Amino acid sequence: MSDITKQSLSELVENIKGKKLSSSEVTKAFVERSEKSKELNAYITEDYANALNKAKKFDEKPNLDLKLPGIPMAVKDLFCTRDLRTTAGSKILNNFVPTYESTVTQNIWNEGAILMGKLNCDEFAMGSSNETSFFGNVQNPIDKNLVPGGSSGGSSSAVAAQLTPITIGTDTGGSIRQPASFTGTVGLKPTYGSCSRYGIVAFASSLDQAGPMAQNVKDCALLQEVISTYDEKDSTSIDFKRNKYSKELTKDIKGKKIGIPKEYRVDGMPKEIEDLWKKGIEYAKDCGAEIIDISLPHTNYALPTYYIVAPAEASSNLARYDGVKYGFRAEGENLIDMYEKTRSEGFGAEVQRRIMIGTYVLSSGYYDAYYLKAQKVRKLIKNDFDDAYKKVDAILTPSTPSSAFKIGEKTNDPVSMYLNDIFTVPVNLAGLPGISIPAGHDAKGYPLGLQIIGKAFDEQNILNIAYAMEEKIDFKNNITDWWIK
Amino acid sequence: MSNNKSEYLINRHDNQYEVVIGLEVHAQVTSESKLFSTSATKFGAEPNTQVSLVDAAFPGMLPVINEYCVKQAIKTGIGLKAKINKRSVFDRKNYFYADLPQGYQISQFKDPIVGEGKVILDMPEGQKEVGIERLHLEQDAGKSIHDLDPKNTFVDLNRSGVALMEIVSKPDLRSPDEVNAYIKKLRSIMRYLGTCDGNMQEGSLRADVNVSVRKKGSKEFGTRCEIKNVNSIKFMQMAIEYEANRQVDLIEDGQTIDQETRLFDTKNNETRSMRSKEDAHDYRYFPDPDLLPLEVSDDFIENLKSEIPELPDEKKKRFIEKFKLSPYEANILVSDIETSNYFENVIKKSDVKLATNWIIGELFAALNEKNLEITESPISAGNLSKLINLIKDGTISGKIAKTVFEQMMEGDKDPKKIVEEKGLKQESDPKALEVLIDKVIDDNRDKATEYKSGKVKLFGFFVGQVMKVSGGKANPQLVNEILKKKL
Repeated sequence: MSDITKQSLSELVENIKGKKLSSSEVTKAFVERSEKSKELNAYITEDYANALNKAKKFDEKPNLDLKLPGIPMAVKDLFCTRDLRTTAGSKILNNFVPTYESTVTQNIWNEGAILMGKLNCDEFAMGSSNETSFFGNVQNPIDKNLVPGGSSGGSSSAVAAQLTPITIGTDTGGSIRQPASFTGTVGLKPTYGSCSRYGIVAFASSLDQAGPMAQNVKDCALLQEVISTYDEKDSTSIDFKRNKYSKELTKDIKGKKIGIPKEYRVDGMPKEIEDLWKKGIEYAKDCGAEIIDISLPHTNYALPTYYIVAPAEASSNLARYDGVKYGFRAEGENLIDMYEKTRSEGFGAEVQRRIMIGTYVLSSGYYDAYYLKAQKVRKLIKNDFDDAYKKVDAILTPSTPSSAFKIGEKTNDPVSMYLNDIFTVPVNLAGLPGISIPAGHDAKGYPLGLQIIGKAFDEQNILNIAYAMEEKIDFKNNITDWWIK
Repeated sequence: MSNNKSEYLINRHDNQYEVVIGLEVHAQVTSESKLFSTSATKFGAEPNTQVSLVDAAFPGMLPVINEYCVKQAIKTGIGLKAKINKRSVFDRKNYFYADLPQGYQISQFKDPIVGEGKVILDMPEGQKEVGIERLHLEQDAGKSIHDLDPKNTFVDLNRSGVALMEIVSKPDLRSPDEVNAYIKKLRSIMRYLGTCDGNMQEGSLRADVNVSVRKKGSKEFGTRCEIKNVNSIKFMQMAIEYEANRQVDLIEDGQTIDQETRLFDTKNNETRSMRSKEDAHDYRYFPDPDLLPLEVSDDFIENLKSEIPELPDEKKKRFIEKFKLSPYEANILVSDIETSNYFENVIKKSDVKLATNWIIGELFAALNEKNLEITESPISAGNLSKLINLIKDGTISGKIAKTVFEQMMEGDKDPKKIVEEKGLKQESDPKALEVLIDKVIDDNRDKATEYKSGKVKLFGFFVGQVMKVSGGKANPQLVNEILKKKL
């Protein structure tokens, strides 16, 4: 089979289970394509030799009952992987090799998948374009010099370019859904507490959530089924009954009530996005869903709230990177000098900016005005969704206010960069699941995504809606392999 | 200066000052594992051998609350007659230090697990109640070691993440003696509960001491200074005396006291400024997003209440009422649970009055001399009980008993055997004693004549002679009776 890397995860699993393909053949195909795709800069750390060895071992004694039998896979470099360097896209962890495995990746390996390498991301997942990575920009396979989104930019690029059949990212304010939207792929941000945060380099603990990224909804559902487990090692992990997402996946969404929040019609939203949204509504109707106008009145406050809560938590979470125990250390005259040099040289500008913001909003005298108020607004935003879900089963919005932008276009304008997350951030603040599916192209031919937001723990429902709409949309990603010489 | 124990007054010129003290006691929770990790907490282990990835704050590591530590804190709260908060919150206290791997300490700031309570002190002038403001759970930091290398500091993370209870008193203490009584009482309660071993040498109990002074009679508090991390009662008392006098001197000199954090220099017996209020850390407290608020049910608290043993105050009351002990005796015997257990074991089968005297007198003195704890006593409660019965039933005299006791201290021997082997049994056979007495009178005819002619003081001489001849074994009561008749 010559076009192995063009196959979806589901096809690969079927072919390996049916013994039409071996894990070695599949792994070799993705490794070779990854090697030819260095220009995308999707990988931070490659582990191809080990992956090929593991595939060989799998083939010697294949366990075909597993959900991901011998499937090769690269993951975002925010997941700690035992014995393989984990950098979080930062110089400060450039030399860090964990002795432990994150729960989410362990779940994946337990189902037979094989690690190919670690994918690029914004430094500590702080960014919307993958430009804050210490390891450089990632190219969007859609077009040269186009950002792949962020922070899971290496992941979205690698899935879209078919360097890995599926992958996982993390989403704190849109870091799975926005890059999925920018690359014409599918990305799910699960309910907060669905996937364990154990072993994931923390950005903002109350918002961080791992999730699957894939080429289609079915693959996404299968991966979500694998990674979502209750974990005692994460105190915020929630013990709820998890569906067999891939088995229970259905296109029958007849009668589902889908809400359209008027507040998401933001000022200056391009007509293309408005049109996409309208098209999305028509697709949903075609699938038998009922469309209901709803209001999420505090939507406007979501972004400022997010940019208080997330940096506050980050400023504290990143205090451990001090040059004392592991990672990068710059020599100093004394302890304070060592701290200052280590953290000034070890962290990039965006991370430093957020540490500064976070430190400021938690400072005595400012705490009540910023952090405490933000927490109150966060509750109001959650209440908005709770009220809406009394009337509807899910909510449909655009994933982003624009298509992918050029590398360098927004690097000097952080606020414009932050505005990219305007539709995704409220979902994290409310702890809800959200999925982005590709739904069309803009005038330049760049993909655009639609977001379906669900009730807490209702991943099955939004996967079903996405699955049904995906068929109607019949999106084709336009990948020309321009980077392969 | 006043000698009144509950009052520590400083006189300068015409002014009289009283000292106001509040303590923040850091008590290490007795627990096999740490507050948020499963690492061991054993004292004295090789450096960095009891450190998990969580304790060392590796990327992606998350804290998980140790339920046992929560139970211990609640039990302590019950022991302090305090309000147990069914909902409490863990916060992050952010600051940088080499032995603080996370860059923050997980503590409880706004919503502690235990609220207001009280501790009763037994002072020479009577009882005194000291208010407890709160008790909260927090992580200990690691240890920085600066003296192993001229240039480098070494860090031992064995303590990192160990559970501490911070017990904050109200500013109700007024003298170094009250501080002594307070720490001892607190330690006693926690040892009864098994929630903190109170071992100050091992750092299981240490305190930040807040000291201020004010003119006697004033209702307003003076500006306080906090003396950090004092790890013995003696040092606390010395630090308070130094600090109170320093503050009075400043006031008398027309100066003001700066609110600041100070250190007690044990070598020079003085407190020194560590940092002023302006330099105080901004800890940027906020709720730890890695942990959910801690919620406990009424049932959970009630179950713990049922596990609370009889505490020192109640035990003291019982000892006084049931055993007719004096408050003084009862206080001593209940001061720590091992002593009271020992006492209760001894009196299971022997006389209470004798047991009380022997434990408070001979046993304590002997243990003191050998620098032993009651738990290390060479004499078991059972054998002390036997010794007391030998006295009570007249087998040996109190004097002989002391000899037997000394031998028992050399190794836990059965006093009956010692008495038998050494032939120390008291001679209580009147006929045998008569033979002895006749011989003594015979040998001292002249003195017997003097006695009969009215020199009654000589009676003691005869008793002594009889005891001497008997090798101390003669039953003194019988000797008295027979001598009276014979003379």
